[in-house]
This record gives sequence, structure tokens and C-alpha cells, in this order.
Amino acid sequence: MDTTQITDAPPPTPQPTPAEQKRNARGATRPGDRIFLGLSRGSGILLLVIMAAIAVFLTYRASLALSKNHGNFLTTFEWNTNVTPPSFGIAVLAYGTVISSIIAMVLAVPVAVAIALFLTHYAPRRLAGPIAYVVDLLAAVPSIVYGLWGALILVPHMTGLFGWLNDFFGWTGVFSWDQGAPRSLLTVGILLAVMILPIITNVSREVFRQVPQMHEEAALALGATRWEVIRMAVLPFGRSGVISASMLGLGRALGETMAVATVLSPDFLIHGSLLNPGGGTFAQNIASKFSEATEFGRDALIASGLVLFVITLLVNGAARMIIARRKEYSGANA
Amino acid sequence: MAKRIDVSGLTAYYGSHKAIEDISMTVEPRTVTAFIGPSGCGKSTFLRTLNRMHEVTSGGRVEGKVLLDDEDLYGPGVDPVSVRREVGMVFQRPNPFPTMSIFDNVAAGLRLNGNVKKSELGDIVEKSLKGANLWNEVKDRLNKPGSGLSGGQQQRLCIARAIAVEPKVLLMDEPCSALDPISTLAIEDLIGELKERFTIVIVTHNMQQAARVSDRTAFFNLAAVGQPGKLIEIDDTERIFSNPSVQATEDYISGRFG
Repeated sequence: MDTTQITDAPPPTPQPTPAEQKRNARGATRPGDRIFLGLSRGSGILLLVIMAAIAVFLTYRASLALSKNHGNFLTTFEWNTNVTPPSFGIAVLAYGTVISSIIAMVLAVPVAVAIALFLTHYAPRRLAGPIAYVVDLLAAVPSIVYGLWGALILVPHMTGLFGWLNDFFGWTGVFSWDQGAPRSLLTVGILLAVMILPIITNVSREVFRQVPQMHEEAALALGATRWEVIRMAVLPFGRSGVISASMLGLGRALGETMAVATVLSPDFLIHGSLLNPGGGTFAQNIASKFSEATEFGRDALIASGLVLFVITLLVNGAARMIIARRKEYSGANA
Repeated sequence: MAKRIDVSGLTAYYGSHKAIEDISMTVEPRTVTAFIGPSGCGKSTFLRTLNRMHEVTSGGRVEGKVLLDDEDLYGPGVDPVSVRREVGMVFQRPNPFPTMSIFDNVAAGLRLNGNVKKSELGDIVEKSLKGANLWNEVKDRLNKPGSGLSGGQQQRLCIARAIAVEPKVLLMDEPCSALDPISTLAIEDLIGELKERFTIVIVTHNMQQAARVSDRTAFFNLAAVGQPGKLIEIDDTERIFSNPSVQATEDYISGRFG
């Protein structure tokens, strides 16, 4: 085009500034869009404000207790907040929380993945629907019900298993048993496994159902058996989803309160054996002590709650790192 | 070692719906046979009966005989899994395994068979990628994910994966329909080379492609929507495109319908 023509042309209409263009591209010029944008942005900000407020409140209350603690908060094996000078530490709680959650994950994740694979790839449709429905129902059972079931049914029935473990694996120390009531971390872990099974199963099932048909057909056409299709196409595709599902379950296991408090007979010692009663978890300790705690005792419990919060954050961060590390191999860019 | 395919009286169903009816044809070893016909005429369904992929679809069912040399693919006691190891398949959309590297994609079928030594694996992968005219483009990034390649490269990767297990027959279901013209040309050249070693059956909507790559062409059609698809005629490609013996074929090829 000739440059003279441009100068001869009528003056151009004022161009929108880059910021205006950006707003236009988002479609936020009409009233409806503007209202919706305001609402969604407002809720987002509100959420952050609430989170920050909770964090500030908890940190403040926790610091009040920690400044007067005479024991080491991380290593003390006791929780005495009603004596002067007070001495309390989270070592036993951290151990109990982590160990019972690990037991729950080890037991629940393989079973949940197996159930999800069965529902999506093996079960006839007539059977898969009702089973999936029952699993959904299990996820909705309140935790106190699981707690009662654990205390009344599971605990009495654990003696057989504990005796067997003691006979064959007692020499390891981890599975030795002094014939006490089986209200131990292992029983808690088993109960937690039952409780987190439905949610891990449900999320894994959704993930496995989204495996593109074409990946499964690719494996089939190479002469893969049904199990090989699962190994080549389904599991790798669902890997990050299963990790996310497990994290959801782990989050529930870490924070589970009532069921643990109903089953465990707590003390403030770390036991070498998983079978002997004793130990405790953060949530169980807060639940059982909170109602009778003094103002100072509550602050101390809040401090322990903050530690649980940090542990949950660390676990989630680790899971995200695992997922991100193999991003370029994920199914998302297929 | 390419094998002959001999189909007689083949009918395939989806549940109670009859998709193709009474198809018989012979495909000679080391030839390229193209299936053409309007959408829904059952050519893809028929292709999928040749490696027993049809029955993977729920309700999929087949009657009739498919002989691979002398072995009936639908005979009693024949394992569909072993059929698919002899009859490879390339799909319409390139489908490399997204979680595997280029190397692992090609090796996937070999690892299934399980009797390949580690030292041989690298050689076979290289040979297969060379066979699929992809080696020079990927030899420096065999450990990168296959999903990072272009569409045409991905499709050639899928071909390499299919030929790595040395199938007797290679089925291709519209392998170029998702590709640009240059990638299409690369695949067509490749088909010409592959027919030295394999029996190739290709479904295509592109009649110039059928004319370019195939020795024989089969025309499928259906009387009306909902009716089963039928084989109208199969003949040498040259004859089908110059002087077909059925009027419907000529109408379709000259663009009068479909």
C-alpha cells in the first residue's frame, strides 16, 4: 500500500488502549459480564481473606502457648498444659498421625485402584452400576458411624489377626503384641483404610473412565491382553489422577478425628510395636482434650493443629511435584 | 512373511444392528488393497473384523470366515490376542502412547511378546523406525515423548510400532485423514515400500489416494441409512477407476453421489 494514501485517509477512530483491549477480549464490557466478573472475583478475594484471617488467628493463639512452653515443642513426650510450668510436645502425635495414615494408604490405595479397574474394565455394566452406587454411599457414611463400627466390631475381631502377626512376625518388634486390647495404631490404620477406600475408588474410577478409547485400541491392536492394555494405556494415563485421589484420601486420614478417638486408647509414648495400644494423633488429641482444656490448653492444642496443617501442606506439595515431574508424558498433551 | 486373506460370507453386527452383510473377497500377499465407499458403508467395520477388533466394541459380533492363509481367525479356540499379533493396525488418529518415549512406543509390541532380548530391542526399534521413514527425524530424541512429534511423525511412529512386531498383514484405517498433504505424501510413499513385506489393506475417503497407492480397490455401499453395507465390487485399481463393471461404482468415483 502506498504511504501517501495513509496520510490522506480520514483520521482513524481512537484506538483502545492495551488495557481496554484486554478487558474487551475478556468480554467484560456488557453489564451481565461485568456483574459476573465482579461476583467471581469477589468470591475469590473473600476466600483468600478468610484463609489469611484463619492463619493469622491460629498463629497468634499458637504463639501465646509456645512462648510459655517449658518442654521442647517438637520432641517432648508429654502434654501437660495444666501444670506450671507447662510442658507439651507433638512428637507422639506426629508419629501416630503419620504412621496410621501410612498404614491406611498402604492398605487402601491398591484395593481402591483394583476396585476402580474392575468397575471400569472388567465388570459387566449391569454389575458395575450398582457397585459404584454402593461405593458412593460408603463415602457418605459419617465418620462417627465408622468409629462406632470400629470400636464395637473391628476391635474385638482384631485379636485373631494380632495373634497371627505376633506369632509369625513378632520377632521384628514392629508386630509384637502383649495381648492388650487391640486399640492400637494398626487398628486405627485399618479403620482409616476402610474410611478412605470409597473416595480413592471413586476418583480413580472417574480417571480410568476418561482414558481415551484410542489409547486402549492402540494397545489392543498390538496384541495386548486385557491386563496388558491396563498396564500400557490405562495405568500410565491415570497415574497422576490416582495420585490426586490418594492425596484426597490421605488428607482425610490425616485429619480424621472421631473414628480415631473412638478406637484408639491413647497415651503419650511412641511404641515400637504397631500392635500395642497407645500413641495418638493430632486430631484425636485435640478432640479428646479440647472440651476440658483451659484457655492456655486450647492455645497449645491450636499450636498442634497448625503442625497438622503444615504436614498436610507438605504432603500436597510433594504430590504436586510428583505429578509435575512427568508432565510432558501425561495424557493431557496427547 | 506376508499372508493371503480370504474372507467368505462375512456379516458383522453391532448388537442387533447388521452393519455389513455377506462380504467375500481375497487379498493377495504383498499387495495394497484400498477400501472406498460413502460414510457408514461399513468399510471400517469390515477392516476391524480382519484383526478381531470389531468385537472389542460392546455388542460387536461376527459371522462368517476369515482365513489368514489356512488359519480361520474366527475358528474355535482362536485367541483374538494372538490374531492381533499377526494382523497389525494403524488408526485414523495417530495414537502413540502419550506416557511413553518414542523408543518405548516402538518397543511396546515387542515387550508384549516378551521373548526379545534387550540387545536386540535397540536394533529392531532402529530397523522399524527406518522402515517407517522416521529414523532420521527422531534418532537424536528417542527418549522424548512420542506425543511431542508432529501429527504426520506420530502417524509414522504408529506405523513403526505396528511393523516392529513383524505382522503378516497391516490394516490402515484412514491413516492420512488427520494429516496435511506433505505428511500424507510421506505416508503414501511409505505404503509403497511396506508392501514389499506386508499385505496391506487401507480404508480411505480420498479416491486419488486409493488410485495412487493401491493395486486393488474394493467399493462398498449401502442401500439406505440403517441398511447393512455391502461389497459392490473389487477389482484391479486401474479398472475400477477407468472402467468399473458396476454403475454405482462409476457414479461414486465420478462424484455423482456420496
